[in-house]
Formats: sequence, C-alpha cells, structure tokens
Amino acid sequence: MEKFDVVVVGAGPAGNAAAYTLARAGLSVLQLERGESPGTKNVQGAILYADALEKIIPDFRDSAPLERHVAEQRMWLLDENQTCTGVSHRDARFSQQPYNRYTIIRARFDRWFSEQVKSAGALVICETTVTGLLKDDAGKVIGVRTERAQGDILADCVILADGANALLGERAGLRPAIKAEDMALVVKEVLFLPKETLEARFNISGTQGVVIEIAGNVTHGMVGTGFLYTNKDSIAIGIGCMLGDMKRQQLTPCQLLEGLKRHSAVQPLIDGAEMKEYSAHLIPEGGYRALPQLYGEGWLVVGDSAGFVNAVHREGSNLAMTSGRIAAETLIALRQAGKPFTAANLAGYKQGLDDSFVMADLKKYQGVPELLNQNPHILDLYPRFVGDAAREILTVDGVPKRDKQKKILGELARRRSLLGLLGDAYKFWRAFR
Amino acid sequence: MHIAVCIKQVPDSAQIRVHPVTNTIMRQGVPTIVNPYDLFALEEALRIKDRTGARITVLTMGPAQAEEALRKCLSLGADEAILITDKVFSGADTLATSYVLAAALKTLDARTPIDLIFTGKQTIDGDTAQVGPGIAIRLGCQLLTYVSKICELEPTARHIVVERRAEGGVQVLKSALPAVVTMLEGSNELRFADMPGMFRAARQEVQRWNRDSIGVELAQVGLKGSPTVVAQVFGPRPKAVKALRIDGETPDAIAEAFVDKLFADHPHLEDAMLEHLELLGQQGVKP
Ligand SMILES: Cc1cc2nc3c(=O)[nH]c(=O)nc-3n(C[C@H](O)[C@H](O)[C@H](O)COP(=O)(O)OP(=O)(O)OC[C@H]3O[C@@H](n4cnc5c(N)ncnc54)[C@H](O)[C@@H]3O)c2cc1C
Repeated sequence: MEKFDVVVVGAGPAGNAAAYTLARAGLSVLQLERGESPGTKNVQGAILYADALEKIIPDFRDSAPLERHVAEQRMWLLDENQTCTGVSHRDARFSQQPYNRYTIIRARFDRWFSEQVKSAGALVICETTVTGLLKDDAGKVIGVRTERAQGDILADCVILADGANALLGERAGLRPAIKAEDMALVVKEVLFLPKETLEARFNISGTQGVVIEIAGNVTHGMVGTGFLYTNKDSIAIGIGCMLGDMKRQQLTPCQLLEGLKRHSAVQPLIDGAEMKEYSAHLIPEGGYRALPQLYGEGWLVVGDSAGFVNAVHREGSNLAMTSGRIAAETLIALRQAGKPFTAANLAGYKQGLDDSFVMADLKKYQGVPELLNQNPHILDLYPRFVGDAAREILTVDGVPKRDKQKKILGELARRRSLLGLLGDAYKFWRAFR
Repeated sequence: MHIAVCIKQVPDSAQIRVHPVTNTIMRQGVPTIVNPYDLFALEEALRIKDRTGARITVLTMGPAQAEEALRKCLSLGADEAILITDKVFSGADTLATSYVLAAALKTLDARTPIDLIFTGKQTIDGDTAQVGPGIAIRLGCQLLTYVSKICELEPTARHIVVERRAEGGVQVLKSALPAVVTMLEGSNELRFADMPGMFRAARQEVQRWNRDSIGVELAQVGLKGSPTVVAQVFGPRPKAVKALRIDGETPDAIAEAFVDKLFADHPHLEDAMLEHLELLGQQGVKP
C-alpha cells in the first residue's frame, strides 16, 4: 500500500495552499481531487484577495490567470420597486500596483494553482473521490479510502480540504452534520460580453474591474445577498440565500437570479450578454459558533470544510488559503522537531489560526448569523426604508424639507416601533462592533 | 504482441461556444477530453492485453498539454506513452497528421515491432475519419474501419477477425497482421482505473518525440503539409418554426386535425399514404 507523510483531500484553495507549502518543505504529499481537473467542481464569485496568496506564492502575479484588479466597489440595495440605492467607492490607489484584489475564474485559477503544487513536488491525482478515512484500533486517522479498486492509502496525517459539504468529517464521526440554517446556497452565471462593451458599461479600462455587492429585497426577505463582478470579457452574477430560508419559502435559486437579472439597475449592464456558465454551490455561513473540531489524532480540517467563511465581507478563499498554509506550517514544524502528528501536537494549528485574522474576524462577526436568522426584517425593512427615504428627499414637489423629514421618520416609526428600532440598533451594534 | 493506440486530445465539443460577435469558435477555457471514439479503441486494446498480455503503447500528436490525455490512457493500463510534439507540427490537417503519426509508428516499430494499430473511427472535433486510413496506407498495413467487434485474434497465426459495420449490414472480415483497426462507438464499455493505475499514470514519464526523433520532411508536416483550407466557419441559423397546439373535442377530432395539418404541410406524404392504401387494397388487405 502506498504511504505518504500527508494526504490532502481536495484541490481548492485550501488544499492547494496546504499541499504546496508541505511539498516545498520536502514532505511527501499526495493530493486527491474528485474533479476531472482542479477547479471543475468549484464555484466562487470570484474575488481573490492577494494578501493570502502572496504569503504562499509571493510572485503569483507573474503567472496566475487573473481577470481584472478591483478598481471600484459598489454596494447596492435593490428592491422590487426597481429602486437602487447605493454607494460606490473608486480609489485611484486601488489601481496602483501591486493590486490588492482581483477577479478570477476559478476553473482557470485552480488549474494554475495545481500546476504550482505539482512543481513543488506533490503528487496530484484527480478524478478520484475519497470515500472515507482509515483509522487504527485506537481511532487515530491513518489514511484514506478512495472509490477506486485497491484504493486505500496510508498517511501520517490527513488534511480535509474537501469544501463546504464536509462529508468526510461527518462520515468519520469527526463532526456533526452541517445544519441547513448554517448553509447558504448560491447560484451564479457567467455572462459573456465583448471586452469593449463591458468596459464602456462599467467605465473601466486596462485591467480595471468593478465589484458590486447587492442586498435588499431581491432576496424576497430571505437572509442573503447578490453580487456582480467584471471579468475580462464576461460578467459573473449571482445570488444566494440561507438554505433553511429557501426551504421554507419554496423559492428556487434560479427564480431569485432571474429576478436579479431583470432588475432595472442590473438589466442594462448585462443586456445582450450570452450565458457561458451556470453553477450552484454551498457556502458554510454559520460563522464562529458553528465551527467544528478543527484537528484530532492524525487529521486537520481547513477551508470551507472547517466553515472558515466571513460572510459579512464575502471572504472565503483567503481564509481557505490561510488555514491551509497554517495547517501545513504546523505539520512542517512538528516534522522538523521529530514529533508525531497527535492531537495534542496538532493543537498548534488552532493556535496559529487564533493568532491570525481568520479567527479574529470569525469571532468579531460571531453574532451576525444569529442576528440575521432571528431578525430577517433587518435585510428587508431597512433597505426598503432607505430607498423610500431617498425617493422622498429627492422628489422636489413644494413640500418643505422639514415636513419631508417628519414624514420619513413617521413612516419608519409606522413600520417598526421605537423600541424595535432601538433593539435592532443595539443588536446590530453588538453583532458588528 | 505489441499494440499501438493513436489518440487525440479534443475540446469537449459539448462545451464549445461560438463567439456571439465574431462568429468564431471559442476554444479558450473549454475543457479537453480524450476523443471519445479513441477510448473505445483503447479499451479494445486493453481487453486484448488482459487476454494475451500484449504490450500497449499510446501515441498522440499534439501540444504539451496533450500529455494529460496520454496520462489518462496510462491510468487505464497502457504501458507506455509517447507525445509527438513540435511547433512545426501545428496547424496540421488529416494528411499531415497521418504522415507524422505514420512516421512515429515506423520509429516505434523499429524498436518494438507493432502487430496492431488502433484508432477511434473519427474525432469529434474534425469528424473526418481520415487519419486511421491515412496511417494504414502509409504503413502498407491492412485497414479495417468502423469495427464493432474483435472476434478472433491469433498472434501466432498472425491474423485478426472482426465485425465491421457497413452500409446495409455487418461484414465479418479476416485480415493479416499488422493491421490498422478504427473502432466504432458503443463497441465496449471503458473500464474504471484502479488506484495503482492512477499512481502509475501520475508518476510515469511520458516520452516526447519531435521532428528529429521521427525523421520527417518539413514540407509535409504542420500547416505547410496541409492542403486543406477552411473556407468558412459558421453557426447554422436557428429555424423560426413555432410549436403548434391542436385542440379538439375528441381524440379522433384532434388526430384528424393533426393529420390534415401534416398532409397540408407535406403533400407528398398524403400521396405516399394513398398509394400505400391502394396497394393494400389490391392485395385484399383492409386497412
Ligand atoms: C457563489 C460563490 C461566491 C463566492 N465568492 C467569493 C469571493 O468572491 N471571494 C472569496 O474569497 N470567497 C468566495 N466564496 C467562497 C470561496 O469560494 C470558498 O471559501 C473557497 O472556495 C473554499 O475553498 P476550499 O478549498 O476550502 O473548498 P473548495 O474550493 O470547495 O474545494 C474543495 C475541493 O475538494 C474536492 N472534494 C470534495 N470532496 C472530495 C472527496 N471526497 N474526495 C476528493 N475530493 C473532494 C472538491 O471537488 C473541490 O475541488 C464564494 C463562494 C461561492 C459559492
């Protein structure tokens, strides 16, 4: 039977970061991916945060397939009255090298990342699904079982980088099943648009790109958000909501996406575009309070599989890469010190995460999932109110502004009691402070 | 026994798109696969290997990335893989391709004599079905195209018996070796590689041959050696035919309305039908 220092399950950003770092340090690494090639199964918006990748491959900009750098960010509140209220932030400094955020196409990016993993010396095998973990009598994880004949493989440590579903950990009894309340379902389309048309519509040139984050009633009152990102010659547009909400509302994700695409603020941007790709994916958005056990005897879990997603800022791939890197660094340090990969020794991984932005950010927003879950009106009432208030103030009709203000505040009080407002404000402050 | 299997890496044609503005084929970002017909050829070779212990060499002419397709073949059980790659080979049509493949096969044959050469019946990106025959004629081998079954293979008697799908029926052909066999789709079911196969494919070296390794005339390879000219590429216009809904009181009425409409649109159908009825009448059959 084949044996490796480390088997990494999954070739997304988390698994690639781990496999790359381990292989470069000279450990023997086998990475298993069920997709035909890395990236074929993966979905992201996709914004790449340079910082996390730079810490793994400092000169990634020289060879990685990047679409556009983010030169402008917009935040939009959309509702069914076809209103669009928002802010935009364009900063010339965003367009100075080295850029901080990029749009990417995961199918291409993951392939590139995987090439780096192979060059670093890891053995990468695709089209191979890991179906379970091998354990010894004491319950220590000692390898993986794949779906292929003669498919058992031994390892001193198994890194679970198998993404949002986290089925392997669940099946091996290392974690409970993820709750629908903690999972978002997102659908996304890639729409082809000639480069010149796209650049004219978004007022961009060169490698500049625009990112639009969308909230409001386009989610039909469910907890969720939408997005629209510019690639070189395509637009990525998507929308997602909590799985639990969708189940209750009996709305299909494609209905939501169609609604978003028809919205008067969005439609002109994508007009005439041809759909190139349609995909759907889960995002674990339970946050800090939903985190599972992160390590044990002979195993570690990284990325989406561990639930490392900052839903408030739509960050996931950077947490995935960072956790993959820290997991690898933990194993490398232990190997160099001649120590075995026991649970006690692997606790260093948790420590490394605690010392990084990963845990700091997850902790900061730990109250958000619950806040939104229990107060879904926050994503419905307030955006709608903002839209109505803006329309009132901007309509010039001979009514004195003071009366308009009164009317707006009166309207707010009608929709939500003073106590309710104060309560929301307090809860909001607690969740986001 | 030594079997050579010629394969091609092709864009997954199910995922190719036509550029909405320039009307050209957009190959970028389209995933590549092993030409599906070639996999039937490979599986047939693997079955012979299972029975006789034959040695299998897979070859392809293509860019560096075609190595992936060869590795897939290694994982399934091929023993050796050769990538014939050189920038002067690019832009080849079927004439230039079969020239290069034949030259490579000659080189391989000189090292280890080849008994049987397999290819798929055609590729899904070119659909010409010319490369297999092109190889056979250049090597002076027997040619067996559109083969649906290998009935008999006697390495010692040096002959092969196959079923070949021909117009109007199936031919059973017996031929001397060496022969070129182009396999039909659906002739077998591809196996699923085992884990040791996957490891071997990931680790084994894929040999790279260039123009010098196979000794070719530069005038006959690549774009230079390709007389085929693609005059135009276009997407067929979608037909603007609307679906028709036929309503009626009874099933009979609906059927009648439907037949009327059918005959109105296709008068020759009505003629043919009447003729047929008349014929039946003459034979005394009551419709
Ligand atoms: C629509 C959408 C938009 C997003 N936008 C952003 C964004 O803009 N920026 C951002 O940073 N993050 C974004 N995210 C989140 C980000 O995509 C994820 O956090 C990130 O992909 C997690 O990486 P990962 O490596 O942990 O998991 P994945 O990328 O999901 O990789 C897991 C891999 O494991 C493989 N695998 C699973 N099970 C097995 C098995 N049993 N055997 C073998 N292989 C297996 C899978 O095929 C897959 O390749 C978005 C997510 C979605 C769905």
